Amino acid sequence: MRRRWMGILARASAAEIEERLRQAPPLPPHVRLRGPEIGLTMVRGRQGGDGAPFNLGEMTVTRCSVRLPDGLVGHAYVAGRDKRQAEWAAVLDAALQSPALRPTLLEAVIEPLAAAQARRAERDARKAAATRVQFFTMATMR
Amino acid sequence: MSPALAPGFADPVLETQRCFRALLEAMSRPGRLQTVATALEPPPPLGRAAAAVLLTLADADTPVWTDAGAEAADWLRFHAGCPLVSAPEQAGFLLASTAPPPLASLQAGTEEEPHRSATLILQVTGLEEGDGWRLTGPGIESLHRLRVQELPAGFLAEWTANHARFPRGVDVVLCAGDRLAALPRTTRIEEA
Repeated sequence: MRRRWMGILARASAAEIEERLRQAPPLPPHVRLRGPEIGLTMVRGRQGGDGAPFNLGEMTVTRCSVRLPDGLVGHAYVAGRDKRQAEWAAVLDAALQSPALRPTLLEAVIEPLAAAQARRAERDARKAAATRVQFFTMATMR
Repeated sequence: MSPALAPGFADPVLETQRCFRALLEAMSRPGRLQTVATALEPPPPLGRAAAAVLLTLADADTPVWTDAGAEAADWLRFHAGCPLVSAPEQAGFLLASTAPPPLASLQAGTEEEPHRSATLILQVTGLEEGDGWRLTGPGIESLHRLRVQELPAGFLAEWTANHARFPRGVDVVLCAGDRLAALPRTTRIEEA
């Protein structure tokens, strides 16, 4: 559950999140525990998925942790340098942990974002599919 | 994680620099009071100065020992990212809010590397200049007086032994509220 909504928030831009929040009930006020702050993290990889781990390179991440009045703590790490996105993601993470707020927020924010991301992925997949080359076909065309 | 996790520094870069400067002044002028200007509200029993010093100095490479309880330990682990150890002799920094572990049991460095020693941050109820202990040594022109309220019994005897093993030894930072004073291992203390 939490993993899914954090993944969706990490892929959504700050503008998209704010757009959805305008149509949702207001979020409770929050206190910043840490950040939002920008830093680097090392991305590690494995060749073929099961080889020895190696350092692929560093990437920029922005992290933020917030607390709501009822003591719920939300954390967010997002790729890039968008502090607003990190803060919104952290606040939403905290609010989504509250059983009272979760259903409305899932419906008003997370599901529309997920649908938009799925549409975008599908469009990109279609564009890519249109340029697909069938080498087998070319060889047997003559 | 504790539900009542408290915020850390609002502006980590500037506030840790300011706190580091205060510590530097305190260490170079033993016994002089420095005020740590911060709006930090650490979980009790951590005082403002003691918490600011730890956030400034502790990081992932410095094992920290503390007797301040689970809430303070969670707060430190989250904001400073430091490993917490349960044995005082393994720690690089120690925060004692009540009676500290014996100074002789802490890391004192070696003759070749005296900087590999522990720093004890000791919370006391009050610090007052111009009265009390008579401090002499490097960084003090002739004599400096400092009154420390409610120090654990036997501290002066331990301090004399700590001073005698120079260059090895432990440095102490005394904190009360948002004020702090340092006792580097070179300082001699005489009872008033």
